[in-house]
Parts: sequence; C-alpha cells; structure tokens
Amino acid sequence: MTRVGRLRRITGPIAEVALEAPVGVMEAVFVGDAHLAAEVISLDGDRATLQIYEETAGLRPGEPVEGTGAPLSVTIAPGIVGATVDGIQRPLGVGDAGPYLVPGATSTDAERAWPFTPTVAVGDAVDGGAVVGTVPETPSVTFSVLVPPDAKGTVTSVAPAGDVRHDDVVAQVRTDAGDERDVTVAQRWPVRTPRPFAARLEADRPMITGQRVLDTFFPIARGGSASLPGPFGAGKTVLQHSLAKGSDADVIVYVGCGERGNEMAQVLREFPELEDPRTGRPLMDRTILVANTSNMPVAAREASIYTGVTLAEAYRDMGHHVALMADSTSRWAEALREIAGRLEEMPAEEGYPAYLPSRLAAFYERAGRVTTLAGAEGSVTLIGAVSPPGGDFTEPVTQHTQRFTRAFWALDRDLASARHYPAVRWQGSYSFYEDAVAPWWREATGVDWRDLRRRAGDLLEEDARLERMVRLVGAEALPDRQRWALLLADLLKEGVLRQNALHPIDASCAPAKQVRLVRLVVELYEAGLEAIRSGVAWLRLREAVDVAALGRLKEAVPDDESERIDDARDDAVAAVAAVRRAAEAARAEREGVAT
Amino acid sequence: MIDVVGVDRIDGPLLVVEGFAGAAYGEVVEVTAPTGTHLGEVLSTGTDAAIIEVWGDTTGLRTEDVAVRFRGETLRLGVGPASLGRVFDGLGRPRDGLPAPPAAVTADVHGAALDPAARAYPSDVIRTGVSAIDAMNTLVRGQKLPIFSAAGLPHDALATQIALQAGGGEDEDVAVVFAALGIAHDVAAGFRERFEGSGLAGRTALFLNLADDPPMERIVTPRAALTLAEHLAFEAGRHVLVILTDMTNYAEALRELSARKNEVPGRKGYPGYLYTDLASLYERCGRIRGRPGSLTQIPILTMPGDDVTHPIPDLTGYVTEGQIVLSRALHRAGIYPPVDVPASLSRLMKDGIGEGATRADHAEVAAQTFAAYARLRDVRSLATILGENALSATDRTYLAFGEAFESGLLAQDPEEARDLDTTLDLAWAALSHLPASELGRVSEATLAAHYGGGHGAGAGHGGGAGHGGAGDAT
Ligand SMILES: Nc1ncnc2c1ncn2[C@@H]1O[C@H](COP(=O)(O)OP(=O)(O)O)[C@@H](O)[C@H]1O
Ligand SMILES: [Mg+2]
Repeated sequence: MTRVGRLRRITGPIAEVALEAPVGVMEAVFVGDAHLAAEVISLDGDRATLQIYEETAGLRPGEPVEGTGAPLSVTIAPGIVGATVDGIQRPLGVGDAGPYLVPGATSTDAERAWPFTPTVAVGDAVDGGAVVGTVPETPSVTFSVLVPPDAKGTVTSVAPAGDVRHDDVVAQVRTDAGDERDVTVAQRWPVRTPRPFAARLEADRPMITGQRVLDTFFPIARGGSASLPGPFGAGKTVLQHSLAKGSDADVIVYVGCGERGNEMAQVLREFPELEDPRTGRPLMDRTILVANTSNMPVAAREASIYTGVTLAEAYRDMGHHVALMADSTSRWAEALREIAGRLEEMPAEEGYPAYLPSRLAAFYERAGRVTTLAGAEGSVTLIGAVSPPGGDFTEPVTQHTQRFTRAFWALDRDLASARHYPAVRWQGSYSFYEDAVAPWWREATGVDWRDLRRRAGDLLEEDARLERMVRLVGAEALPDRQRWALLLADLLKEGVLRQNALHPIDASCAPAKQVRLVRLVVELYEAGLEAIRSGVAWLRLREAVDVAALGRLKEAVPDDESERIDDARDDAVAAVAAVRRAAEAARAEREGVAT
Repeated sequence: MIDVVGVDRIDGPLLVVEGFAGAAYGEVVEVTAPTGTHLGEVLSTGTDAAIIEVWGDTTGLRTEDVAVRFRGETLRLGVGPASLGRVFDGLGRPRDGLPAPPAAVTADVHGAALDPAARAYPSDVIRTGVSAIDAMNTLVRGQKLPIFSAAGLPHDALATQIALQAGGGEDEDVAVVFAALGIAHDVAAGFRERFEGSGLAGRTALFLNLADDPPMERIVTPRAALTLAEHLAFEAGRHVLVILTDMTNYAEALRELSARKNEVPGRKGYPGYLYTDLASLYERCGRIRGRPGSLTQIPILTMPGDDVTHPIPDLTGYVTEGQIVLSRALHRAGIYPPVDVPASLSRLMKDGIGEGATRADHAEVAAQTFAAYARLRDVRSLATILGENALSATDRTYLAFGEAFESGLLAQDPEEARDLDTTLDLAWAALSHLPASELGRVSEATLAAHYGGGHGAGAGHGGGAGHGGAGDAT
C-alpha cells in the first residue's frame, strides 16, 4: 500500500483528497490514521472524492490516504459459509473487541487450516474457472478452488492432499501466453464486476421455496429474480427468513441491508439450530450472512448488496445453486440517494439519482442459471424486498424493481392486518416463470399442475367478484352456488394460501402436499356445485363437511404423510356426493309421486 | 482545545470559519457570543475552512463577536447510576439546580454502532397489565415499540401506565429514562408527578427539551437520554425503559435544520436521511449477549393529520419492532386505551409468548382474535350500509364478539393492572360468542380446553367463559 494523498475535506461519509500519486476510479483506499476502508467514487484532476465505509467522526484534514491498486473486492475463500460479515466483508461477532463495531477492524481468517484434495494433475490442460481442488468448507458445502478466469493453460504444479491456508498456492498454471500463474486458495474479486460464465441457460425448474402461495401460484425459477414489495409489518422479513430456511438451494446468501440488528440476531440464533430440509444439517452450514444494519455506516450499506451477489456468483461458479435474499433493497437505494445528495448530483425522481434504474437492472441481471467456465451447472436466484414509503407501490424503487424482476410478490397491508400471512396479494402478484416450471411440477407430482392452478385461480377470481357484491347487497342475498363459492374460497385462503411461519409443520410445505391441498379444495368445490345443481342447499353441504377441520389439515399433516390429505378429500367429496344422491333420490320420489 | 475568535460567515444555523484546518469531523464546539453560549458540531472540515452546525438560535449573532472553542472530541456526557432521580436539560446539563451528578463514565452521545452479531435476541415478556398490549401486542425486554397517536388521544396516559405497571413495583432493577422533545410544560409536569408519586421516584431520569426550549437542542436530547440508558442497561445491568415523546417534534427539528442547510428535501420536506437518523436512535435498544440488562424503548409520536403513511410514523414503523396505534374512533366511543388492534403489531411477541412465558394458548387466541376482529370490520361496515337485517346469523355473532372484546378486554382503567390470565380469559370470552366453526386458527385441542361457546350461533356469555372452562366444541 502506498500513500496517494491527504484529506482535503471531510463531510460525513464523503471525503475529498488532494492527490500526490495517481489512483483509479473505484479503487479501494484506506483513510487516515485509523485506516478506514473507503472507495474512490470520482476523480477530477489532482482531487479524488471518496466514500468511506466507516464512521468518520474524528477524521481531520491532512490525514493520509493509502491506495491499494485494486477496486473494492471480496475475498473468496473457505470460511465464508456459516460466517457473518458486514457490507464490506469484515467479520462480525468475533474477537474480543466488545459488542460495538470498531472502525478500521480487519479480517483475519487466514490462519485456519483446511483439508485440500487436488482434482487435477500436472500436465492437465485447464480452462479459466476450472476446479483444481476442493475443500469441505462445511458438511453441506464443498468449496472449489478455481483457476482464475483469465488463466487458461497447463497445470505445472499441484499441492498434494493435505492442509492448506488461504494464502497457500495450491497449483500453478502456465497460461497459453506463457505466463506462470499461481492459484491460491483465497482469491479476490471486485464486487461491482459480475463474474464470467460460459453460457446463460433458460429457466427450467422452480426453486421450491416451501411457501404454497409462491410455489403454487407465483413460482420462481432457479436462477430467476423476484421482487417483494410491501409496507412495514406486511411480512417481508419473515417471508425472506422463511425462504432462506425452506428453499431448495445449496447455498443461501442473506443480505440484511439497512434493517434491524435484532433480525440478524434472530437468524444467528435460529439458523444454527434449524435443520436444512435437504441435508438434515444445521441451516447455518449453507448460509452466508451479510449484515449492514441501519445503525451501521451508510456507504457500506450501498456496498453490501454487491458483496452479497459477488459471493453468490463465486459459489455458483463452483457448481452450486445459490439463492440470495436482500432485505431491503430500498435501503440500498436510499444509501445511493444519500451519497448522491452529498455529492450534490442532480436528483431525478424523488431525489434518487438518475442512474437508479440502471443500477437496479445491473444488479438483477446477475441472477441466472448458467454453465460455469468449468462446464458445470450453477445458478444465482435473487429475491429483493422493497420497502415503499407509505406503502405506495408507484414510488421509483418499487417501480423499477418490478421492471427488472420476473416475479412480483406484492404484500398487502389489509391481509397483514387480518394476520393473513404471507400477505401475498393474489390479485396483483404475478410470475413469468409459470410456463417454464409447469413441466417440472407435472413430472414431480403427476398431476396436471397448470389445470389445477387454473381451477384454483378461477375460484379466487369468482371470490373477488362476489366479495364486491357482498359489500353491496350482503351475503344473504346471494344464490346457493355463490355462497358455496365464498365458503370454498375461504377454505382456499385459510387452508392453502395462509401459511404460518411459526408453526412446526406448516412453516414449510413440500410440493406434493401443496398439490394435494389445492386439489382438495378444487374438487370439493366442484362436487359441491354439482350437488347444488341437483337442488341441494349450500347449508346442507356445510353441515355435511367439516370445513374448519379441512382448513387445519395443513397444520395437522406433515409432508411425509400428505396422502392423508387425499383421504380427507375423498371423504369430503363422498359426503357431498351422498347428500346429492339423497337429494336426487328424494326428488325422483317426489316426481314419481307427482306423476 | 482550540479557540477561534470571529467567524467569517453565519448562514442560518451554520457558521463558517475560514482559514482554519484544525477541526476534526464531528467534533463538538462551544459557540460563545455576548447573548450566551451554544453547543454545535463540525459538519464539514477541510484544509481551507470548517463549517459548524449550531444547536441553538443564531439570530442576532455577529460574525466578529463570536468565539468558537473546538473541544477536540465528539459530544460526550458523563453518566452513571447517580443520574437517576435527576432532571436534565435537552443537552444533559442539570436542570434541577443541583451540581452535575458524579459520572461513572463519559460517553459519546452518538453512541457506537452495536455489532448485530453481539446482540441477544430479546424474548423476555414484560407484563404491562394493559390487556391490549399483553394479549395482542406483547412487549418484551429490549424491544422498541412506539405509540402512534394523534393530537388529543391519551398516549401520555398509556405510556405512563405502561411504565408504572411494568416498573413501578418492587423490581429495583427497573429504571426509566424519559426524554421530553418539544412537549408542553404541563405535559412534562404530568409525567413527572406520576413518576414521583410511584415506586419509580429515584429510579427515573428526565431529559427535558420543552416546547419553548431551543428546537435545535432537540437533536441532542434523545441521544443524551439514550447515552444514560445504554450505560444503565449494558454496563450497570438494569432493565431500562426509555420514553421519547414526541418524536414528531424531533423530526420537525431535523427538517428545520435540514432546510436551513439547503439540503435536497425528500417526502414532505423531511431530509432523505430521516430513516437513517431515526434508526440511529431506535437501534440503540435491545440486549447484548452475556450482559444482564436490557434497553426497551417506547417512543411516542403524533401522526400529522392522523395519517399513518406520513414519513414520521412510516419511517418509524420501518425501524421499530411494531407499533401500538391509537384510534380516534375508539377514543370517541369512550374506550381507554383506544388501541387500534388490527393496525397494531408487536414483532417480538411471537418469540416471547407461549407455555412457560405467558400461556400455552396465547399465540392461538391472539391469532384468532386478530382474524375475528378483521372480519368484524367488514361485518360492521356491511351493517352500516345495509342494516343488521342483511347480516347472516354468523355475521351477527361477530357483532357480539366485537362488543365483548372492546368493552371486556380492551377497555380498562388507567390505574388497573390486569393480570395475564384474566386478560386471556377475556379474549376467550369474546371469542366464545362465535360458533366453533369460525375458529379455524385455533387447534382442536386448544378449542376443547378454552372455548366456552357452541350453544348455537349467537349464544353468548357476558364474560364468564374461563380458562379451562368446559369445552363444548361440537
Ligand atoms: N408467515 C408468517 N407467519 C406468521 N407470522 C408472520 C408471518 N409473516 C409475518 N408475520 C408477523 O408479522 C410481523 C411483521 O413481519 P415482518 O416480516 O417483520 O414485516 P416487514 O419486514 O414487512 O416489516 C412479524 O413479526 C410476525 O409477527
Ligand atoms: Mg422487515
């Protein structure tokens, strides 16, 4: 590190430097005697402007600034999974520094030894991105040491199986251009630069989240992107936590961006205890936490999203399916706005800088299912919570995020205040992945999923129409088939869409159980309509089936016993049919008497 | 410390000292003029000039007779257990005529950011004796739970009732730190009298920035109060309850300062960093792993125009762990406390309640009551439009539920500390007006243990369905 200049002016997280040596735009630098992390955001002649990632109180003009020669980067190395880092990847919750953040702290994970197994031999030809060896990072996640993307060539040395540390060279590659390149365990990658891959693949299957309203009605594909807007208290964070727990991804990156410290404490308390549904191992063994809470410096909040997505890409490149949850991207956008304001940039919509949409687009572009440089398949799925001021979805961050994501999960204040969670509005939410994931569902569950969804969707639509009528004339005035529709739509909402994140059985729901619950409602509804057409009163049907009990099946029946739901369905449909037959027989008798 | 005499420019609350390169960013300054002394802070510092923000009225200041003392450190406050029982001004200076209390430590009023990984997740329930809170919006130690109120509603009474009932007893570990932000003298005096007349006298510290005190000092007041609270909670191991009232006045002072600094205004003229600024106060709360104390916050704010989407309640709700919303309609109907149940929320309730902590049926009865109350709203609006005759038999049971809930559970005397069993039994009494088929959020086992209805739609008890009462869920 070399001194590049001295501070000229400090204003909050922004500082101006009088340069003595050249620096690059986006270069990471260290500021002052306390060695605060910062980044060059603009250059003008012999002056540079920095954003500083730490508390700046106490900095004085004239303090030195040191360059690093590289842009703001993350370290990709074993030890990341299971750890908690701040927005610029410094470890949290470690050391004896006490419970408060100390400016200028550095990361020291480099001493730990990891068991390395080589997967190449001397003389092998390797592409950039090829795996040279692996480390069992956690019992759930294998870390692969990759040839740097630009170092295609021939292996000239490989470390034997055994312990390695971050800075150890585990292989050497002579590139086609004739350079000797060292491959170290730990590698750096600039956070604002997407990592390369060989090819982008179409979405082909869903990422199962375990949330019925999402998987069944508004699915997200592996490698897809979704936005999750909602006013405060609507359930964004609980849903993001549920996704982090229940999704069938290999690695989860959870970015707590400008939100509550206690929500991070909650993850740290729960995840080591909870089981990964796929491996039975603690959830923390597949989770990376990036936490830049609202009381932490605002510039690092801006960086945290990039730190998170770069780590996600790094694990994707090792052949993993990675899902990233960011809560909340609005705080990221606000950090952008705050920095732009301090730089006196021209504001566009609501004070946000004009480049807000392009930054959002570039972020969500980093989602995708790909063929990695090593030829494997990997994916990054991105789910961003959005916190619109006043719950107004027409504000810029919600609007632009909606444009750049393919699934839109709108959370509703009224549903939340009725404690219908997840408060995903069924009118107004959507997913463009329905067609892409339908074949997977048919294959996995053996039912015509598309048709089932359509029938359930029709019932919800009928319900919305009837609710409007009820508000005008009251339910009593409606004909029987509509009363039945209202009752069964209620069952669909209560017994399928509503899902209690706190319930041991209901918190996450397997695809087969989801399909069975939906079938139960749809087939019971249709059987009831048939009975009503035969002259049965809806009240008779309500007496014949215990709708409240059917609504509790989701909590009573665990995933691995879900065929019991089919039994309950058969019983209910049979009960309705019996009522219908009785009515038909009675009518036939009456008509027989009459003739 | 460095003294500079004379400044180059005065621009609203900002002073510019040119040719002075010695200031540290964020350091505190004393600005002395013939009219008095103000505190301020370095807002921007460079090799050519320092810009100072003054927390006080700069009207009438003249550039040549202003002396600025740079203290070389950020604003610090001496705090300790001896601060309890005392009254301070908005900057933390004694206001009761006594000398400054002996300080255990001197701490930066801005606090230091707590490492999220060092926090302990709060889950110990505080029994407030207020049914609307204990049953439906349970408060836990280390939570920040604001009261969203509006002009003319009894938020002061509710906050005092919570403080006294949660901490006024024999529990010597509890301390109260009260920050008055631009409220009237009589309101502050009211709080003070009720604290003094209770077991809390001697365990309360008051920081008063009243309506006629300099509004700019209001920026410091909550920070000074929280500095003491943090010390008491995290160093001295006390359970500290902080009441900040009225946060609307605080945010308005921040807006005024921002406007005078010519910053780009955000929604309704509030600065774009209002969220971050509020978070820098509200996040000074919680528990720390391995330390015994806790810091619980009850900020009070009045919603301008009763509008919950106004930036102050909105951004507060985005930071705090729930909100207790007061309803004008319930207040008019004579119900105290007029808690708007569907709009209120305690985010930390879910991990606090249940068997061992409150009662095994708590989560279910609360969930069912929320659902029923939401349905009640629809039924009531239908009844208003179409008359009760248009209601179905089931709908009518909701009206009975609503009446029993509001007059039985919600309403209570400002002096009444109701125990939790009674509170939850009152919730069951209200729910027992509904047919069992409406109680889908309660498991069959819980229903069997607590439900006292089921004598046909509309059958209701006055309030006698009790805990463990005969289950008749058929
Ligand atoms: N799926 C759910 N199941 C049960 N309770 C929920 C669920 N989602 C939200 N909640 C309740 O709502 C509260 C607020 O949810 P949260 O996710 O924190 O909202 P947001 O992040 O949108 O402000 C939670 O504390 C919890 O009590
Ligand atoms: Mg949230």
